[in-house]
Amino acid sequence: MGQNDAHRGMDKVSATAVVADPMTDRLLVVQAQSGDSRAFGELVTRYMRQAYFAALGLVGNHDDALDLSQEAFARAFRARQTLDPERPFYPWLYQILRRLCFNFLRNRKSRAAKLVAAGGWLADEADARAAAQSPERATERAEVRRRVQEAIATLPAHEREVLIMREFEGLRYREIAGLLGIPIGTVMSRLYAARKALAAALGGKP
Amino acid sequence: MRDIDLQADERARHLMMAALDGEISAAEHAELEHLLEGDPALAAEWRQLSRVKEVTKTMSMREPPQEVWEGYWMGVYRRFERGFAWILVSLGAIVVLSWGAWEGLQGLWRDQDLPTVVKGGSLVLVAGLVILVVSVVREKLVIRQSDPYKDVVR
Repeated sequence: MGQNDAHRGMDKVSATAVVADPMTDRLLVVQAQSGDSRAFGELVTRYMRQAYFAALGLVGNHDDALDLSQEAFARAFRARQTLDPERPFYPWLYQILRRLCFNFLRNRKSRAAKLVAAGGWLADEADARAAAQSPERATERAEVRRRVQEAIATLPAHEREVLIMREFEGLRYREIAGLLGIPIGTVMSRLYAARKALAAALGGKP
Repeated sequence: MRDIDLQADERARHLMMAALDGEISAAEHAELEHLLEGDPALAAEWRQLSRVKEVTKTMSMREPPQEVWEGYWMGVYRRFERGFAWILVSLGAIVVLSWGAWEGLQGLWRDQDLPTVVKGGSLVLVAGLVILVVSVVREKLVIRQSDPYKDVVR
């Protein structure tokens, strides 16, 4: 999967994602491998938003997402000699990041409770429109957002990961499958399971 | 027969997902329409999933303050700067402590009044520590590299 492909279809975070030039990525990786921390800094600047939002979707709060995504970059820098410059940078970084996030979730007690308690990681564009219409409508929308957030928090991590990538990062199936190293059919099955759980949480009253 | 049903269910689910996410071809769309027309339960499920999509479509992840991005690289840089500093501190501590231990043991062994059993005990202690260090280092450097499960997310 090429870097341009990896960014195509990121409609939801397109304002925050940077479309990278794979050739420049390659050069930056080679320079970073020779010890140039500024070149690595350029890679960080290029992918920090993607990494942060990927972590935010998995762990559900700002502080942990920031901490884990920065740690992923630090580990990537330490392991930079193992990266093949011919291969795209972000999928490699993502493997480090998701391992960190999954370990973090496994070690964190009452994960779901903390995710819900942290709250506020989802923003609802419809909130503002609803607020302009009526306070009742705004309350209803806020309740829907709360329920969605809670339902996402209680999903198994593998399903949540795919749902976040599709719904909030705007990745296409092929891109998700490439990042996770799974067949597209598995991506769709996980999405289906996640959406069924959300449907149950919304109880037919979205 | 049951396998065929399961495959048909999975096919319907995949078609619904593809339709919701705009990744469906015209032929697949027609196939889904056909399935929905012939199966009221599936049609009800489709409406339910479509409502979920309508809700999540308006949501996005909250953007952090701009300062987060401005200080991001420095945060990463500090991490590997501190990592390097910890390596230096650890190496220095090992050298200094080893020297201190060696000096202490030499004094102990030179002491004529000290019982032989204590001297022998200190020797055994040093031997045990050396074996422990070698064992840990070997595990880190050799065994871990060949562990087929080291990358498994548990």
